[in-house]
Amino acid sequence: MGRIITLREALGEAMSEEMRRDESVFLMGEEVAEYNGAYKVSKGMLDEFGPKRVIDTPITELGFAGIGVGAAMNGLRPIVEFMTWNFAILAFDQIVNNAAKTLSQSAGQFNCPVVFRGPSGAAGQLAQQHSQTFESWMGNVPGLKVISCIDPADAKGLLKSAIRDNDPVCIMESEIMYGLKGEVPEDEYLVPIGQARVRRSGTDITLVSFNKMVLVCLDAAEELAKEGISAEVIDLRTIRPLDIATLVESVKKTNRMVVVDESWPMFGVSSEVAYQVQKDAFDYLDAPVRRVNAADTSLPYASTLVDEYLPNPEKVIRAVKEVMYVQA
Amino acid sequence: MADVAEKAKTKLKYSKEQYLEWYHIMMLIRRFEERTLLAYSQQKVRGFCHVYIGQEAIAAGLKSALKPEDGIVTAYRQHGIALMKGASPNACMAELFGKATGIVKGKGGSMHFFLAENKYFGGNGIVGAQIPIGTGIAFAEKYKGTHFLCVTMFGDGAARQGSLFESFNMAMTWKLPVLYICENNFYAMGTSVNRTSNVTDIYKIGHAFDIPSEPVDGMDPEKVHEAIEKAAKHIREGKGPYFLEIKTYRYKGHSVSDPARYRSKEEVEHYKALDPIEILRDRILGSNVVTEAELDAIEEEIKDAVDAAVEFADNSPLPDPSELFTDNYMQEDYPFIKD
Repeated sequence: MGRIITLREALGEAMSEEMRRDESVFLMGEEVAEYNGAYKVSKGMLDEFGPKRVIDTPITELGFAGIGVGAAMNGLRPIVEFMTWNFAILAFDQIVNNAAKTLSQSAGQFNCPVVFRGPSGAAGQLAQQHSQTFESWMGNVPGLKVISCIDPADAKGLLKSAIRDNDPVCIMESEIMYGLKGEVPEDEYLVPIGQARVRRSGTDITLVSFNKMVLVCLDAAEELAKEGISAEVIDLRTIRPLDIATLVESVKKTNRMVVVDESWPMFGVSSEVAYQVQKDAFDYLDAPVRRVNAADTSLPYASTLVDEYLPNPEKVIRAVKEVMYVQA
Repeated sequence: MADVAEKAKTKLKYSKEQYLEWYHIMMLIRRFEERTLLAYSQQKVRGFCHVYIGQEAIAAGLKSALKPEDGIVTAYRQHGIALMKGASPNACMAELFGKATGIVKGKGGSMHFFLAENKYFGGNGIVGAQIPIGTGIAFAEKYKGTHFLCVTMFGDGAARQGSLFESFNMAMTWKLPVLYICENNFYAMGTSVNRTSNVTDIYKIGHAFDIPSEPVDGMDPEKVHEAIEKAAKHIREGKGPYFLEIKTYRYKGHSVSDPARYRSKEEVEHYKALDPIEILRDRILGSNVVTEAELDAIEEEIKDAVDAAVEFADNSPLPDPSELFTDNYMQEDYPFIKD
């Protein structure tokens, strides 16, 4: 039997367990120590590990991300928390030009085992600058691994794997999902990076998603079931590397796919999933792969505009019916 | 005869061996870089290429004043620093030639040499990116409880980057063992220092963070050595970072493709008269402790070493195309997207 805990607690447990296990692991970021984390993910960690290993930084994303890269090159395993990935844009030089490229530039002499983590995506009416998703930005970069997951058990196991990983890993969480509850195993466990998970089995349509849009897909699947449509829901969990085999396997069974992706439509995760599936499973597809994305706009403040912008179960159901050629 | 008698009175401050070590590394860098420029003109070296000619005294002072376990990270004008840190001329020249025997297997080129076993954390191609990285390397030394420091080098151009201000602030707040060195050669590519800021005494930037900060004459290895030794002592006592603005001059353009027309002929000639190698040579010979023949022997040895490096690089194989997919991930079975 497991325990029911929140995503916030699951992530905190993952970091604390790894810090107990390995002296070289430390956490740094804005408000992670004395404030117990802007979203309380690191609650209690300063008390347990002390200020040497749980470190409040000034508001200097580029600077502390770079300190994380340098510390990782010199034998440590930093966890760098961004209050949100929106602020991490200031640190992209260190993530993209340095963390991702150190191993290649040095031809294997220096690796960079750093974890960059924080929330991503829309989180209420936060307006244009605080609502973006970053999976496709980071997923575009060779040298990085990218995780985006809100299920407490999976997120805990993936974060532990990321901390132990010898490559740099970016982890996207969600502000409004930190309170999400789920069952986590009692004993020590890891979830491997690079494996998708089938969250609901189905036979008529494959819904592919990640992060909180998985919940939108599950809601849509529930509604579709009432109409006799059996939807399989796949949670990618890892964006890079992408578990293409699980997607292809599902499409061979359902022959149809809708990708639900909170990122903007162009050049995003949904584009890559659709490409890979048409390449490897063309003969199994009975309809084009469709996608439901955020709107191709910046996200404004007003609630009606937020609703219009984001994917929701109704939009997913509409797309499913289109690829199934049934009347809406 | 009076001249000789006068010179004979010049007493050297340090041991004969010290001067010969300085002379050796400075001359090695000078000759290596001259051959680099020649090879570039022959199209054996490609890409961006920035040589260290004129700045050799800084490498010399670093070599003598630091411990081998101290880390160094610098920018892309980095051949000389790598050689000083013990990189072999063969591996460095082969790297410039893009060969599999290069110091990073032909994957980095002129801007990116690394030597993990000697704690050379590389040449970084993004102006100022190495400043937080060097700060993080120093962070790790303190975290591990060592008494080693990290020298973090950058040019006068990088001194205007935000990464410097962020790093200075955290390094001083957390008392990190980092020695910041600005090699001020007075030009950020083609833009002179006085056109980039109202503050042209770059060392004064450190004062805003209460970091002990000083200017240093970078054309004299003795002065560089003494400044670094003093700074390193301060850092090893746990007092936090130190900042040296070492004033130097590059004789050549910013990169091989830069004719440097923004500088007057008179200015370049003025600095060439201050050539750090000529000054050192005069000082050594003036002491009568070292004979001209001894210096000639060093030069001969270096000439042979650089000749051998070029021959080694010429005769080395190019990387196998399959190397494209190595060293991107530590994970050995990483599933690259190939179509």
